[in-house]
Amino acid sequence: MSRLLQALFGRLPIGWLQLTHNRTRFAAALAGVAFANVLVFVQLGIMNSMGAATLRPYGFFQADIMISAGDANALADGGNVARQWLLQAMADPDVTDGMGLFIANVPWDRGEKDISLTTFGVDPAKPGFLVPEIAGDLKLLEVQDAVILDRLARGLAREEAAAIRPQSPLSFESQGRTLTAYATFAGGGGFGGDGYMLASDQTFLSLFPARRSAAPDHILLALRPGADVGLTVARLHKLISDPSLRIRSFSDAAQEDLRYQQTKRPTGIIFGFGVLIGVLVGLVIVYQVLSTDVADHLREYATFKAMGYGPRFFLGIVFEEALVLGIMGFVPGLMVGTTILTVMGKITTLPLAMTPSMAVSVFLGTILFSAVSGAIATRRLSAADPADLF
Amino acid sequence: MNREGIVDVKGLNHWFGSGEAKKQALFDVNLTLKRGSFTVLMGPSGSGKTTVLTLIGCLRAVQDGSVRLLGQELNGAAEAELVALRRRLGFIFQAHNLHESLTAAQNVMMGVQVHGGVADRVAEQAATHALGLVGLADRTTYLPANLSGGQKQRVAVARALVASPALVLADEPTAALDKDSAAEVVDLLKRMGEARGTTTMLVTHDNRILDRADRILTLEDGRIVGIEERG
Repeated sequence: MSRLLQALFGRLPIGWLQLTHNRTRFAAALAGVAFANVLVFVQLGIMNSMGAATLRPYGFFQADIMISAGDANALADGGNVARQWLLQAMADPDVTDGMGLFIANVPWDRGEKDISLTTFGVDPAKPGFLVPEIAGDLKLLEVQDAVILDRLARGLAREEAAAIRPQSPLSFESQGRTLTAYATFAGGGGFGGDGYMLASDQTFLSLFPARRSAAPDHILLALRPGADVGLTVARLHKLISDPSLRIRSFSDAAQEDLRYQQTKRPTGIIFGFGVLIGVLVGLVIVYQVLSTDVADHLREYATFKAMGYGPRFFLGIVFEEALVLGIMGFVPGLMVGTTILTVMGKITTLPLAMTPSMAVSVFLGTILFSAVSGAIATRRLSAADPADLF
Repeated sequence: MNREGIVDVKGLNHWFGSGEAKKQALFDVNLTLKRGSFTVLMGPSGSGKTTVLTLIGCLRAVQDGSVRLLGQELNGAAEAELVALRRRLGFIFQAHNLHESLTAAQNVMMGVQVHGGVADRVAEQAATHALGLVGLADRTTYLPANLSGGQKQRVAVARALVASPALVLADEPTAALDKDSAAEVVDLLKRMGEARGTTTMLVTHDNRILDRADRILTLEDGRIVGIEERG
């Protein structure tokens, strides 16, 4: 290793030799960097999974434009939209179809644990608004009290869900009615519920008698192929006389929801801060290690200064140490971080996983912040005055 | 130019502190070190020996008077010039000041690599050779912690001499050593200086060293009070 670095730098790898001279301290420093990495990985993982969990329900649907109430920051948030706007929107030449979407959480008493399913009430005659995986089963919902169940929902045994077929349905009680699942789809637990469920709008309204068919939560619109979504949105703004409504492309709606979760909701802010604190902890640990190391070697550095070594040489040593710590601390950090995220993902069914982009960005961040720590630590170098040696 | 010594000091004054606390440490010091000479600078502690050494060694800025080192005036010289000049000097300190994380050979290599552009193999060979000259050929891979005090100081001598400096400045190199080790280190300095034509200036108040000197300068209260030529 030492030889390799020597060939690489064209000089003795003093930083490496200094760091590895005291094995215990070196191990502690690496553990510190790894710990900061794990902290950032876990927080980032949760933050990413929150994003993925937020976007997941949008993935069940296919639409070009979504009309929502002004206060509907998230899919299952805010007031409802009058159905009359759906009819109004249909007047636009580019709008080919529209569907009201109802959303509410349905509790399911599973004995030892109640689970809550985010339930979408959809029009079973309009499979075009659902992704192909679900669309094929949509006509099953024409039967009153029929549902399509999320087979990845928390609290639902995998074998139990896998057995659900039109010929072997699963019935359960909820909201005083007997619901029957004839098919399943792949959803997964999120932050707002343990899983998802699809029902016809009629079934939905009988589950929630207080809701009216004239007021769905959102309106989904499909456009003629090749139509310009932005222009249509602009036209709809003029066509629909209620200025408080949010009319935006479906993908914009998903992204706005994501931004809202990340920047306005406490969970997003908390995990965002978690990442920040992980970065700061790493910064402080590397700075502490490097500045202690500089302080411990002031005499040697002063000697080198007296011998004629210039400031670049000393900066080189400190940066070399910063890089060694950053790179070698990252490896165990990545391994532990991956393990923790995998285990947490299994337990929570949240989409928690180490992604390559996460690993790369944390690695680059580690190198960057190690270098910043190193740059701060080099300020102590000026204390090495060769005149004090005599 | 040839008439000029390796070091010419003329009318050197130096002060420490500032304002009311300002104290003059050197008064009109004049001295010349001839090429290849072995000069001992003596004097009680606080007499200014070390100040003279650090001024000649480009480790302090010259305030008043003239110090010419290797033909270059130090008074008013830029930091980069001082750093470049320091590379042509060899320093030996009271403590060995070896780097604890580097082996004996690596410590000596530091004295070669400061000049830059030296291939690793060449630097290593030079270091091994220099350690051989100070009698440590079998200790090249030892860390300083595993060497005796005398051995460490010999490594420091090898580090100072490995790049064939024009001038070696040594500040009480024998203070921390027992009688035999001290004699060994001084003999080494003297012998290698003679072999390579190196000029040596050694600060000490160790009387054991005096009989090896060509010339003894005595400093008292910042003034040169005695010059004794020998040999």
